Amino acid sequence: MQFAYAASESGEFSPTEYVSHHLGHWTVGEGLWTFHLDTLFFSVTLGLAMVFVFWLAARRASAGIPGKLQNFVEVLVDFVDNSVKESFHGPRQFIAPLALTIFVWIFLWNLMDLIPVDYIPLFASQVLGIEYMRVVPSADVNAPFAISLSVLVLILVYSVKGKGFGGFGREMLFHPFGKNILLWPANILLNLVELIAKPVSLALRLFGNLYAAELIFILIAMLPWWIQFIPGGAWAIFHILVIPLQAFIFMTLTIVYLSLAYEEH
Amino acid sequence: MDVSLGTLIGQAGTFLVLVLVTMKFVWPPLTQAMEERRQKIAEGLAQSDEAEKALEKAEQQAEQIIREARAKSGEIIDQAGKRGNEIVEQAKQDAIAERDRQVAAAEADIKLAANQAREVLRERLAELAISGAERVIEQELDAERHRKLLDKLAAEL
Repeated sequence: MQFAYAASESGEFSPTEYVSHHLGHWTVGEGLWTFHLDTLFFSVTLGLAMVFVFWLAARRASAGIPGKLQNFVEVLVDFVDNSVKESFHGPRQFIAPLALTIFVWIFLWNLMDLIPVDYIPLFASQVLGIEYMRVVPSADVNAPFAISLSVLVLILVYSVKGKGFGGFGREMLFHPFGKNILLWPANILLNLVELIAKPVSLALRLFGNLYAAELIFILIAMLPWWIQFIPGGAWAIFHILVIPLQAFIFMTLTIVYLSLAYEEH
Repeated sequence: MDVSLGTLIGQAGTFLVLVLVTMKFVWPPLTQAMEERRQKIAEGLAQSDEAEKALEKAEQQAEQIIREARAKSGEIIDQAGKRGNEIVEQAKQDAIAERDRQVAAAEADIKLAANQAREVLRERLAELAISGAERVIEQELDAERHRKLLDKLAAEL
């Protein structure tokens, strides 16, 4: 808490202090029941903005000539619907909106990474008096895990929905090695690992990419101001690819996992 | 990595709300509108196909009608020509017949006139013969008695 911006303005801040300051969260609470207010604020704001824009488009949706907003949202809807259609061969009325929400919400999270790293934290500390501020929800491990654990719950729900309790239980016991009772422990162990690996890998892939990207932006921000635009520009352009790609990967894998859970194999 | 259960649960709750709102209020109207538009476009395309076919058919019919009309008009022209020729022919024959009739009438008139003239001449000849004979004989003759004789003579001329 010592390395506030007030201190850094005097020019007396080490790189370590700068980086660790940037990686600190705006929090309330203690221990496990800490709330990252910055992550919650930005993700909820972005989520509401997303839903609001969707709602604006959906409210006036007509079969006639679509407006620009409707057209834009329809492109998204069509893209997501096709992605879902390719992998998931069941009723889509929940999975498709789920995929759309995941894709756009995570895309918006990632997009926050393109805002210059000091702008919002500086505004927060100088104007609002908030010491710590991290603006990229996907670079906070809790946010990706919140979605991926929800996906885990959905995987369980869809397993039962698609195969029934019996079918799901049999798959846990008999798959992949065989029906022999001696193999049951191995089967269960492997299936549990597989089950847990899904949300973990899903969340860590997104978190790792965005955390690393954020860190690199922070490092670039420590270079002399007159050179920053070269590595900063290059990294931002590269990052433009990463932002939708990570959102797309998260969405696609969610669909694939749910499809695997739902269908007999 | 600072794990925060509060953030985790808060995020998951937000996620749930966002998904439900999207599922309830965003996805159905949009997909419905898109589906309706797809159908409209499909109908429009089908209709334009049909219209094209109808146009083609109409063009063929029009061509057929024109062809028939042309054939008919040719026929009519032929008939008219023929009829014209017939009329001219008829008129010619009528004219010839009229001419013949008039010539015949004129001939008959002439014959009549000639006959009448001949009659008059015959009578005059009889009178002349009688007066000549009266003069030659220089004697009184009973004109009434010899009249029948002379008439008979004149009729034999």
